[in-house]
Amino acid sequence: MSKDTDLLEVDDLWVKFPTRTETFEAVRGISFRLGRERLGIVGESGSGKSMTGRAILRLIRKPGIVTANRISLHGQDLMKLTEKQMRNVRGKQISMVMQDPKFSLNPVMTIGDQIVEAYRLHARATRSEAHAKALEMLEAVSIRDPERVFRAYPHEMSGGMGQRIMIAMMLIPDPEILIADEPTSALDVSVQTQVLSIMDRLVQERGMGLIFISHDLNLVSAFCDRVLIMYAGRIVETCRADRLHEAKHPYTRGLLNSLPRLEEPRERLDVLKRDPAWREAASVVDDQ
Amino acid sequence: MTGLSAKHLNVWFGSGRDRVLAVDDVSFSVASGASFGLVGESGSGKSTILRALTGLAPNWSGEMMVGNEVLQGQRSSAFYKQVQMVFQDPYASLHPRHTVDQMLSETLYLHGVGEIDTHVEKLLDDVGLGNAFRFRYPHQLSGGQRQRVAIARALAPEPEILLLDEPTSALDVSVQAEILNLLTDLRSEHSLTYVMVSHDLAVVGHMCEEIAVMQNGKIVEIMPVADMRSMQAKHDYTQHLLKSSQGYERREFNG
Ligand SMILES: Nc1ncnc2c1ncn2[C@@H]1O[C@H](COP(=O)(O)OP(=O)(O)OP(=O)(O)O)[C@@H](O)[C@H]1O
Ligand SMILES: Nc1ncnc2c1ncn2[C@@H]1O[C@H](COP(=O)(O)OP(=O)(O)OP(=O)(O)O)[C@@H](O)[C@H]1O
Ligand SMILES: [Mg+2]
Ligand SMILES: [Mg+2]
Repeated sequence: MSKDTDLLEVDDLWVKFPTRTETFEAVRGISFRLGRERLGIVGESGSGKSMTGRAILRLIRKPGIVTANRISLHGQDLMKLTEKQMRNVRGKQISMVMQDPKFSLNPVMTIGDQIVEAYRLHARATRSEAHAKALEMLEAVSIRDPERVFRAYPHEMSGGMGQRIMIAMMLIPDPEILIADEPTSALDVSVQTQVLSIMDRLVQERGMGLIFISHDLNLVSAFCDRVLIMYAGRIVETCRADRLHEAKHPYTRGLLNSLPRLEEPRERLDVLKRDPAWREAASVVDDQ
Repeated sequence: MTGLSAKHLNVWFGSGRDRVLAVDDVSFSVASGASFGLVGESGSGKSTILRALTGLAPNWSGEMMVGNEVLQGQRSSAFYKQVQMVFQDPYASLHPRHTVDQMLSETLYLHGVGEIDTHVEKLLDDVGLGNAFRFRYPHQLSGGQRQRVAIARALAPEPEILLLDEPTSALDVSVQAEILNLLTDLRSEHSLTYVMVSHDLAVVGHMCEEIAVMQNGKIVEIMPVADMRSMQAKHDYTQHLLKSSQGYERREFNG
């Protein structure tokens, strides 16, 4: 059942990588919906979070194979679009901040030129208007010296500066959906708060849908509305974000227990004993 | 057994109006077998300090020492047997056309470690990647899997000092716990010395006895971990950082 508030509906999504000897299934038949909300995705390293994000945008590289009953954006099935139509969706309707942000920037073009170019593709603006706008965007993501950064190349940026620049760029086309893959993993908490509130504002004021992939459980719990928990290519649990700490699946419980805590020092951290049954259990249906 | 130190270290990039003093008169010392944390603002110079220690910053002044040796010019291969670094950006630090096996074998060979095959298997196992990942290329790995390959490579020469730049930032907390436990064990077995950069204060608090807080190129405060736990900061910025670490507070935007 799709609701009219749904922006995106993913039905039975698979991502497979054939190799000489076997086929590796990175995403194994997941279904979920996204409304005008902050949807968190957490889960083990290698569980298929990034591949899910890329598959929605049909950015899985060969020899990877994507299948789905449907990936519908306002009722339009993205699986049926031509590559050319898909480019339009990518530029305008859905943006994605990749996990390795510096790799999505052009290494031989200055940061400023890249922002200006992206902005002028989206809005009619003179070069000097676009320049002013670019500086404004860099300031909005707490870049200390926007003028220098404007003239700099991606390799001259710190890890967290790269992430912030990428977020600023992805928000230029005013997307309906932003898929953010570990977008703040290199930011100190204070700059992180700044950047998150920009995304938050777009969800609340303009009704953007946000898919927020992160391993930071406390952050997801405080920032998101709902959470999907992935394990071995499947969704093993979904819950309200503010109830994440009451999660029931043993994998999710295990995750919560392995967090280091500043107030309670320990010699060693608890590690997870992975049960093979977790891998076999069917994906839960996201019906909220 | 080796410690390290920096005295009045400055590191800068660019010139004219684009000159940045990325590290501004920084001094600290880490005793042999200790674990030292670097936290602070994004862009404040944390990675640059580690890069300067490993000889990757072209313009610097001041003094850096490892053990009793003053660091100057090009680092020798003996230096890299002693000091290894895990870079913040694992993608950029892994050769795109080398398999995991090639990367690890080459490092082992270069540093004269024998029984390469057994060692590669052990390293992969230590970082929670089975043999299935051995013949993959970096682009065939997830973000966290790449980060673990970078950690395995740094451990390969069995260094005495490890410089760790956000070593678990791409790992889910269960794998993070395994890696942090591994680092704790290695340190107690071989009295390794660590310098660890992380924006996650709980991780730094778990791993380090002493923590330097950076803002805009400067170390504003060096605090024992007990003070961080009890939120006793002297400097305004540290107080602000500790306060923000208590969690994201939702605001309502009315549009
Ligand atoms: N080209 C490829 N060939 C084979 N397997 C691949 C390829 N690309 C990715 N994979 C595998 O697909 C699985 C899912 O990868 P994905 O990047 O989605 O993980 P993730 O959940 O984002 O993990 P992380 O938190 O570590 O970033 C991983 O086990 C990865 O090794
Ligand atoms: N190769 C370079 N050329 C020019 N400037 C550089 C270069 N490398 C770093 N910088 C500048 O030095 C400053 C410090 O960067 P550094 O990477 O050390 O920050 P950081 O504290 O590690 O930040 P983050 O937490 O975001 O990774 C930044 O302003 C950055 O732009
Ligand atoms: Mg990922
Ligand atoms: Mg850094």
